[in-house]
Amino acid sequence: MDKLINDFSFGLFFWQALILVILILLLVKFAWKPIMESITAREEGIKNALLSAENAKREMENLQADNQRILNEARAERDAMLKEAREMKEKMIADSKNEAQEVGQKMIDQAKAAIESEKNAAMAELKSQVSSLSLSIAEKLLKEELSNKESQTKLVEKMLGDVKLN
Amino acid sequence: MVISNKPLSFILAAFVASLPIMGFANPESDSTHVQTETAHEEKVVSHNAHQEGEHVALDPKAKVDAFIDHHLQDSHDFVFFSDEKENKHYGFSLPVILIDGGLKVFSSSKLHHGEEVAEVDGSYYKLVHGKIYKTDAAGTINFDEHGHPSNEKPLDFSITKNVVSMLFVSVLLFFMFTGLAKSYKKGPIPTGFGRVLEPLVIFIRDEIAVPNIGEKKYRKYMGYLLTVFFFVWVLNLLGMTPLGINVTGNIAITVCLAAFTFIITQFSANKDYWGHIFWMPGVPVPMKIILAPIEVLGTLTKPFALLIRLYANITAGHVVIMSLIAMIFVGKNLAADLPISLGLTLFISVIEVLVAFLQAFIFTMLSSLFIGMAVQDHDHAHHHEDETAII
Repeated sequence: MDKLINDFSFGLFFWQALILVILILLLVKFAWKPIMESITAREEGIKNALLSAENAKREMENLQADNQRILNEARAERDAMLKEAREMKEKMIADSKNEAQEVGQKMIDQAKAAIESEKNAAMAELKSQVSSLSLSIAEKLLKEELSNKESQTKLVEKMLGDVKLN
Repeated sequence: MVISNKPLSFILAAFVASLPIMGFANPESDSTHVQTETAHEEKVVSHNAHQEGEHVALDPKAKVDAFIDHHLQDSHDFVFFSDEKENKHYGFSLPVILIDGGLKVFSSSKLHHGEEVAEVDGSYYKLVHGKIYKTDAAGTINFDEHGHPSNEKPLDFSITKNVVSMLFVSVLLFFMFTGLAKSYKKGPIPTGFGRVLEPLVIFIRDEIAVPNIGEKKYRKYMGYLLTVFFFVWVLNLLGMTPLGINVTGNIAITVCLAAFTFIITQFSANKDYWGHIFWMPGVPVPMKIILAPIEVLGTLTKPFALLIRLYANITAGHVVIMSLIAMIFVGKNLAADLPISLGLTLFISVIEVLVAFLQAFIFTMLSSLFIGMAVQDHDHAHHHEDETAII
């Protein structure tokens, strides 16, 4: 201890303190600050780059999942559209068939009614024609029969004979 | 922790393997201890001899002791090596700044490594064991009974070897890290040497600051922690070079570093921290009264442990390495001593390189731990455990 105290030189202590203070100040200003800042900035940069790479990867995965989903949706939509179209086609066919049947039926009915009425008219006409014809024939016959006396008498006789028979 | 299991187990294995060597060394060291005592006396004698202007040849062990002592101390000139025979020192002088009745600035070459008296503005100064003492024209130095000079010591603000080393390291750190900071302007990843530095900066942040101080508050202390870590580490490593610089093994340096941590801790402390010191919650009132002085003392022992740990580790490393190298010069049989000395030196040097990092790491770690304890709102017991585990 005695030797240590004897060895202690105040001058050296003073110079050392001075040098150390100046060295610390100089190095902090010109070396440590820029060095630490650069290192920190670089490390931050690396960290950010890694983070953004991770994000990009995740986004890519999301994108792929989205694509898949959209594809599936599109496929489902297409299927649905096809199905709908098919259904519509079938319905249209069925509808038109029904309509055609209805219209046909109606036309047939109308035709039938027309035919019936035409027939009735024709029948009536025929009847009247037949009656008028038979009347005219009967008239003519009567005129001719009654043109001479003999035949008239003959007819009356004959008629009378018929009545007798009745 | 940075050390994986591998080097730790390696050190452990190497330590166990070297145990027998230490065991053999023990009885020897006892004998050297006795000899160093005698050598110490001799040294005192040699001072007197110096005064008389004579050169007494010291025995090798005393010379090694003196050399290591000299190396561990700060010095007023930068000597790379010296030629003893011609008494020449190769290196350069540094300015000496004294406050002794006014500012006195002169070159350390005037002191001639303690061999001559320097005369400045009518005052006389002499260098004894790395310290400058005031003396008279003849250079008389009076010694007390412990062998310490009792002359008056002027306030010494010299630019010593350690100050120069610190300035050098500061400039080095400044250019290294402003370079790294600039390289970020070109792109997000640094180029060149910055690639080595950046992981260290991130290491300090992720392993030291964030776990100890917390995610929210750590940013404010990063400047101090990073500066201290690199400052201590580079100085530790510089101590491993053959330049012979021992900065972090100097008590004034570690005191200053620990004082910084202490001041930062106290000034960033929140209410909770002071509450735990002066009025410990959750214990009976008499215990609170007993605990308060202990806790107050605890705030001082923490930085004290910090400064002693760094100082002792680095000093011990230097002493061990120099002693091992000195074996070559002390031993009589060169062929036998050289491989042992070099092998052990290499081994300890490898450990010392690790220790250089480890001590810088631990210093920063504990500083951040103390700061973390001061700024955190809870978890006190847990951190106390951590602390004791590391100490």
